[in-house]
Amino acid sequence: MEKKEMRAVYAETLIDLARENPDIVVLDADLMKANGTAAFAKAFPDRAVDCGVAEANMVGVASGLSAAGKIPFASTFACFASRRAYDQFFLSANYARLNVKLVGTDPGVTAKYNGGTHMPFEDLALMRVIPGLTIVEPSDPTSLAGFVRLAAAHRGCVYMRMPRTAANVLYGAAETFAFGKAKVLREGGDAAIVALGSVMVNEALAAAEALAAEGTHAAVIDALSLKPLDLDTLLRYARSTGRVVTCENAQIAGGLGGAVAEAILEAGVAAKFARIGIRDEFGEVGTVEYLIERYGITAAHIAAAVRSLT
Amino acid sequence: MEMHELETAAREIRRSIVATIARAKGGHMGASLSEVDILTALFFGFMRCDPAAPEDPERDRFILSKGHGSEGLYCSLAHRGYFPQAMLDDYLGHDSPLTIHPTRHTPGVEMNTGALGHGFSNAVGVALSAKKSGRRFRTFVLTGDGELQEGTNWEAAMAAAHFKLGNLVVIVDNNRLQLADTVENTMRIEPLGRKFEAFGFEVRGVDGHSIGELLGVLGGLDYEGERPHAIIAHTVKGRGVSFMEGVPEWHHRIPTGEEAARALEELSK
Repeated sequence: MEKKEMRAVYAETLIDLARENPDIVVLDADLMKANGTAAFAKAFPDRAVDCGVAEANMVGVASGLSAAGKIPFASTFACFASRRAYDQFFLSANYARLNVKLVGTDPGVTAKYNGGTHMPFEDLALMRVIPGLTIVEPSDPTSLAGFVRLAAAHRGCVYMRMPRTAANVLYGAAETFAFGKAKVLREGGDAAIVALGSVMVNEALAAAEALAAEGTHAAVIDALSLKPLDLDTLLRYARSTGRVVTCENAQIAGGLGGAVAEAILEAGVAAKFARIGIRDEFGEVGTVEYLIERYGITAAHIAAAVRSLT
Repeated sequence: MEMHELETAAREIRRSIVATIARAKGGHMGASLSEVDILTALFFGFMRCDPAAPEDPERDRFILSKGHGSEGLYCSLAHRGYFPQAMLDDYLGHDSPLTIHPTRHTPGVEMNTGALGHGFSNAVGVALSAKKSGRRFRTFVLTGDGELQEGTNWEAAMAAAHFKLGNLVVIVDNNRLQLADTVENTMRIEPLGRKFEAFGFEVRGVDGHSIGELLGVLGGLDYEGERPHAIIAHTVKGRGVSFMEGVPEWHHRIPTGEEAARALEELSK
C-alpha cells in the first residue's frame, strides 16, 4: 500500500494554503523540524513563528494573532498541546470565540520511544469537553490534507491529532471530507467497527479481513470527526448490525468510545457494544507494534471483541 | 483633552466604579480604583481609538490582563462612549455582557481575561500580527503585580523581546497588594524593573496616579524600535477612597450602603 509521511503532507498543505491566503501563519514550539513545519518556515519565513519551548505562551500568542485577524496553525506534540497549553486553548482561544487551529502530533502510541511523559492518551477526553470545539483525527495523508484545508476555511477553533511519520494512503485524491462526517471504508452487515486515527483504522481493516475469513462481515467506519460526531452514520450501522466496537489510540473514557456509547444509549438503539482503547493506564516506551500489543489494541483484539458480542 | 478634564474624567470613572460595584454587590473595588488613572491616560489621552469604530483594524489595542479589574475598564469604556452608561446599571445582570471578568462580547474589550497570566501572551500575538502585517497600531497590556507570579508572563516577556516588539507596552499596576496580603509577603516579585530589563525590555517607572506623568512616559516611547516597553506604574490599591486605600480586604469586599455613600462623597471633592 502506498504510504506518505504525514508531517510532509501537513507542511505541503499549509504552504499551498498560505499561497492562497495571506492570513495563514504557522507556529511551533521548538518542534518545527520534528513536525515538518520547518518546510513552511523555509517557504514563508515571515509567517512562521517559533515560540521556543513554551507551549502555553504559543497558544496565547496564537490567540492574539487570531484576534488581530490571522489564521494561526499551531503545532506541538499532542501531550503539550493538550496538557501544557490547555488553559490557554480553553480560555484565550475557545472561550474568546477565536480562530486557532491546534495540531497535536505523536498521539497515543505513536509517541513510541518518548514514552509516558510524551504519550497522550488523554488529549481527546480533555478536548471533547471544550464547548464548540471541532476535533478531528485524519486517518491517512489524503484526509489530513482535506481536514487542514477545512480547518483553514472554518471560522472557529479546531484540534487535530496527527502522527508525524508515514501512514497508508486510504483515500484517493478526489475524496472529499467534512467536519461531522465519517467514512465507511468497508461494508458489512454483521458488526460495525468504528475506528479513529491511522493506527486504529488500519488495525480495524485488518480485523475485518480476519473476521470475513470466518464468515463474519464487519463494516469498518473511519470516524475522522470526533466532534461533531457523525451520528447519522454511526446510529444507522448500530441499528442495522446490532454490534458496535469502537477503536481508539487513546483512553476509552471520554474519547471515541465514550462519545459513541453516549450517542447509542441516548438514541435508544439496542446494540451490543465494546470498546478497544487504553484502559486507565499511562504510556510506556516501545515501538508502535509493541505498544498496541501491550495495551491490547491490535487487529486481533478488535476481532476478538467483535466475536465476543454475541 | 486638558489635564483638568482628564482628572475630572478619572474622578467620574471612580464614582462609577463605586456605584456599579455597590449596586451589583459584586466586583473588585481595590483593583479597579488602582488602575483608573492608567486607563484614563490611555483611553482619553493617548491611544488612537474611536468608540464609533471599535473594530477599526488600525486602532491601538488595550488588553486588561488583570481581568478582575473589569469594573475599571467598563466604567472607562462607558465614559469614553463605547457603550451607553446605562449598561453599567445592569453590571452582572443575567443577560448583561458586563461579566465580572471581561469578554469580547463587550465593545472595546479585546480579549477574554480574568484567569491571570493570559493577557500578556495574547498581547504578544496581537503586536506580532501588527508587525507581520505592516500595521502601525500599538498594543498596551495592563497586568497586576501579583499576577506576575504566573509563569506564562515571563514566557510572554521572553517572546516579546525575541520578536523585537517595540510596538508592545506592558504596564504593571504595581499596587503591592494581592488577594489576601502584600505581594512581598505572598511571593516576592522584586526586583521587577531589573527583571524586565534582563528580559530585554526598556523599563520606565512612573507614578501611576499622575496622568501627566503617564502621558509623558507614553509619549516618549519608541514604538518603531526593537525593544518592547515595560512601564512600572506605582499605584495604591483602592486609590481615591481613604478607607479603602492599601487595605487588602478591599480586593473584593463589597461596600455597605453607608460605605458607598461615604466613598462617593470623598470622590465628589
